[in-house]
Amino acid sequence: MKIAIPVDEKNLESSVCVSFGRAPYFLVYDTETKGSEFIDNTAETSTGGAGIKAAQIIVDNKANALLTPRCGQNAADVIKAADIKIYKTTFSSIKDNLAAFTDGKLPILEEIHAGFHGHAGN
Amino acid sequence: MPDFMGTQAINMRIAVLSGKGGTGKTLVSVNLAAAAKVSTYVDCDVEEPNGHLFLKPEGIQEEEISVRIPKVDNELCNGCRKCVDFCNFNALAYIKDKLIVFDDVCHSCGGCVLLCPEKALTEKEKVIGKVQKGISDEVTVWTGRLNTGEATGIPIIKKLLVENSPQTNQLTFIDCPPGSACIVMESIKDADYCVLVAEPTLFGVHNLNMVYELVKLFNKPFGVVLNKCLQEENPAEQFCLEKNIKIVGRIPFDNELGTLNSNAEIAVNKNEKYRELFSNLLETVTKEVQHEAATNP
Repeated sequence: MKIAIPVDEKNLESSVCVSFGRAPYFLVYDTETKGSEFIDNTAETSTGGAGIKAAQIIVDNKANALLTPRCGQNAADVIKAADIKIYKTTFSSIKDNLAAFTDGKLPILEEIHAGFHGHAGN
Repeated sequence: MPDFMGTQAINMRIAVLSGKGGTGKTLVSVNLAAAAKVSTYVDCDVEEPNGHLFLKPEGIQEEEISVRIPKVDNELCNGCRKCVDFCNFNALAYIKDKLIVFDDVCHSCGGCVLLCPEKALTEKEKVIGKVQKGISDEVTVWTGRLNTGEATGIPIIKKLLVENSPQTNQLTFIDCPPGSACIVMESIKDADYCVLVAEPTLFGVHNLNMVYELVKLFNKPFGVVLNKCLQEENPAEQFCLEKNIKIVGRIPFDNELGTLNSNAEIAVNKNEKYRELFSNLLETVTKEVQHEAATNP
């Protein structure tokens, strides 16, 4: 299966980005091939609706699971419409989260925040 | 009646603005309207209108304000995603062969509907708020209200200010939203004069500078009201002196005024000292506008 994670830098030693919609990159990790691919998040600099666009990117890259520290309502609506499960990252390191996910130790992300809409100088 | 009311004070629009909330926009605009007696007060702070708390208008008439947002027919949609890619606010997503529209994110530009090659998108009306009109003594009170969570109050402000344009022979006071963003630009666009309200702090100077730059950009005649003035040094006053900005009034940091205000009273109607202060301010501002009209017709 394919796992997507918002990340700060384009390498596996990097950390999980605190934001989903405004993360600079996404890591798409394939659990079967152990292959990893870093994709640019073109939603990062959006005027608005970054979460929606970022979620569209995750869906288009055919991820089966999203690992993220937090997620807004609109992004979650898109992710859930695509039947992608959202898990909550519990470590800052990418590798620790991937290991925890593989061991089935990452919880489902329960709290979906209302978003920060219009607070970016609307 | 003061002589400035007898002169050609026709259809004069005075906008009151500040770089942040709580500096005294509503205090100034409500009291100016009360001092002018026959006037129009327009509350453009549509996210949190509060002028009505002081003016307590009666005989309220209201009208809902709608915008047009896209509606998709997924039978016609072929998934080309032209609309998804076009939308600057990312209000559309295409998931599992279905287009999803995020109503609250849409800014009603209509672009997606124009672009759709399959005519799968049409428009529907969505209520985003309302405008209310009432009377408080001789002041006509307009209030705009944006529903919580909506993307922008600009359609409500357009309605408020367009509805008011035919009202001649009256002074109109526009109580602007805080800051210097699009919604404030919309509020001051057709104003004849801008009153900038400033607090006597360094933070106040920063906020004053924001609206100062805005009114300069819009080429509006303007003056500053220094609010909450103390005996000590006033950084906002320093700023005005340095930039050669006209100070049109000074309001003291006064317990009596604070008490009247927190009891939702209009100072002009309750206190002779403040009647005089705001009448003088009104006269100064009116003369400024007329002077401006005479020198830059």
